Amino acid sequence: MNNHSEQERQAFALGQAVGLGFTQPLGQMRRGSAGRVLAVSSEMGGHDIERGLLEMGFVEGARVEVLHHGFLGQDPLAVRINQTMTIALRRCEANAVLVGPLHDSAVEAKPGLTLEYASS
Amino acid sequence: MTAVTLATEEVRLARIALVGPPNSGKTTLFNTLTGGRQKTANYPGVTVERKSGRLRTPVGRTVELLDLPGSYSLRARSPDEAITRDVVLGRQAREALPDAVVCVTDATNLNQHLRLLLELRQLGRPLILALNMMDIAQKRGCQISLEALSRHLGIPVVTTVAMRKNGVQDLLSQIDTLLNQPPVASGATADWVEPTPEAIRAYHREVEQLLREAVVQEGAPERLTRQLDRVLLHPMVGPLILLGLLFLMFQAVFSWAEAPMDWIDGGMASLQALLSEHMADSLLKSLLIDGVIAGVGGVVIFLPQILILFLFILLLEDSGYMTRAAFLMDRLMSAVGLNGRAFIPLLSSFACAIPGIMAARTIAHPLDRLTTILIAPLMTCSARLPVYVLLIAAFIPNTTVWGGIGLQGLVMFGLYATGIVGALVMAGVLRLTLLRGGRQPLLMELPSYKWPNPVNVLLGLLERARIFMRRIGTIILSVLVLLWFLSTFPAPPVGATEPPIYYSLAGLIGRGLEPLLAPIGFNWQIAIALVPGLAAREVAVAALGTVYALSSDEGTVTEALTATLAHDWTLATALALLAWYVFAPQCLATLAAARRETNSWRWPTFMFVYLMVLAYLAAFVTYRVALAMGGG
Repeated sequence: MNNHSEQERQAFALGQAVGLGFTQPLGQMRRGSAGRVLAVSSEMGGHDIERGLLEMGFVEGARVEVLHHGFLGQDPLAVRINQTMTIALRRCEANAVLVGPLHDSAVEAKPGLTLEYASS
Repeated sequence: MTAVTLATEEVRLARIALVGPPNSGKTTLFNTLTGGRQKTANYPGVTVERKSGRLRTPVGRTVELLDLPGSYSLRARSPDEAITRDVVLGRQAREALPDAVVCVTDATNLNQHLRLLLELRQLGRPLILALNMMDIAQKRGCQISLEALSRHLGIPVVTTVAMRKNGVQDLLSQIDTLLNQPPVASGATADWVEPTPEAIRAYHREVEQLLREAVVQEGAPERLTRQLDRVLLHPMVGPLILLGLLFLMFQAVFSWAEAPMDWIDGGMASLQALLSEHMADSLLKSLLIDGVIAGVGGVVIFLPQILILFLFILLLEDSGYMTRAAFLMDRLMSAVGLNGRAFIPLLSSFACAIPGIMAARTIAHPLDRLTTILIAPLMTCSARLPVYVLLIAAFIPNTTVWGGIGLQGLVMFGLYATGIVGALVMAGVLRLTLLRGGRQPLLMELPSYKWPNPVNVLLGLLERARIFMRRIGTIILSVLVLLWFLSTFPAPPVGATEPPIYYSLAGLIGRGLEPLLAPIGFNWQIAIALVPGLAAREVAVAALGTVYALSSDEGTVTEALTATLAHDWTLATALALLAWYVFAPQCLATLAAARRETNSWRWPTFMFVYLMVLAYLAAFVTYRVALAMGGG
């Protein structure tokens, strides 16, 4: 358990370092909430987790929405990415994904492919 | 001369590999292209199935089509994804570089699926992009410019509707066009390196750019799956539905299989009757009737149950529900260090541990995978059923407890539950001791629900039936012949008082083992039956029949045996044997599958030893407790 809270602390620290308001790790999000991926970190689980997350579509700029969670400990999560694909992952790994507010309403109305990058 | 010509033709047959992410409809496309005529073999050293078939192009060219395991990226994470990577790169032993690759993508999920295509394009080999499930995408109002996509990618792009025979015509003619071009050198396959996180981000950006150019009209997102998941993945309702489905499944395994099992039983009995009537008494007759037919019949009888169980598993898999089951079970299984994905192999193990062990290849992390393989034999496979049924019928009174629940059924449920609990505890112990470390992230796609494809399900069932029958034809048949030999020779001396088997080689071994098995309440008859039962557990019932000198032409051996055992054994002995059967590693084929899968004898040996120790301990405790409670 100690290990877990250490990761949560790191995730928060990362969010603060990026300096964006209302940011939170994906692993802290409630069911039904949505946001936009700001960063996928390699600090949490190393490059393998980072690459795994990227390959499943957790990439900067993607829209994420927490649809479901499990019964025990509200773990794992089912996260909808860009309204096309749903991924199951544990909160522990989800903490490597930093999520910010959705902001633009245009994307809300017309979901899917138009994405802007935090980096660009 | 002819042989030489044939051989050259074999070599010249063009080979095309189907590659695509999981849930892109690749298998359905493969089945449509090959018309269901396919060969499955194993890649050397691993149990990943090599699935290939032949197709005929519009100009009449015959092409070998290779169906590679689904993969999100060439950066392979599990053993089957590694096969995809190695074949595409030409690094797989005894598998030449394919002449062309067809990348199958789900047209409704292009912004996730095109990344794999870009990775493949990097290799500079002949490549076709197939936008599959185009009918569904169009129904949702999606319009894609194939011309723009093809122009930007620099490769041919076709749409396919895998469900329909005429939905693959464009792909077939495109294959022809590609094969008419002169062969390409190996391309950039030798320079391939695993993409870095930055490279993956770059691929994502490229996909986005591409789709901005090529997508004329975006489709509406899918609604049905979301609505279904609201119920099926509900934290409280979801697990209850899963439990209900599992209950229905096991109910069906027992009730639906009853009739076909009776037919098989009847067929074997009349075959025996026919032989005993028309053959002169001889050793051959004894071998055929007592050894082969009785033994094979005793095993073939489980085919209906295995097929019904697999029918459910295939339906759940093809509809997309199986990943939801893994999602719901993940937390529970992670408590003992397993992954939610392990649920699927463990569920298959209720039919038979061998397909279960093979299904574990989708688990990426080696330790997770090894743990799953090692505990798979603890799931109550259908081969244990005849022994359970026999002993429960003989020793557990057919009364009801608590409003309508039968005591016999309750004991059966208890045996299943003991196996499951034993497996979970064992997984926890293994993950804390020998197989310590490295947790695998879950990261699993929950695909959209769809109606199961009947062709896919039917082909899957046929494949299971084939594997099962081959097992009977090889291991089980040879064990049965060996058993018959051991229990027939040498012949009993003149004036023998015990049944003939007592004096045979099998009797000798059984009596030798008796002192070892006496503390757990087993008599010499059980000891003899356990010898052949070590190779294949279902043989033990037939062996007990032989030991108690019940010749098979007396009608159903089982009925006579039930009466004999109820009279001959104590309750404590019967319960101890049941406990033994929950754990004992009595299946050569399972050990062989584990060896193939782990590529050494080390883990199968460990599996055998730990299961044996558990079985002995469980039987010992059960016997002593039952004796103390007056079950002697």
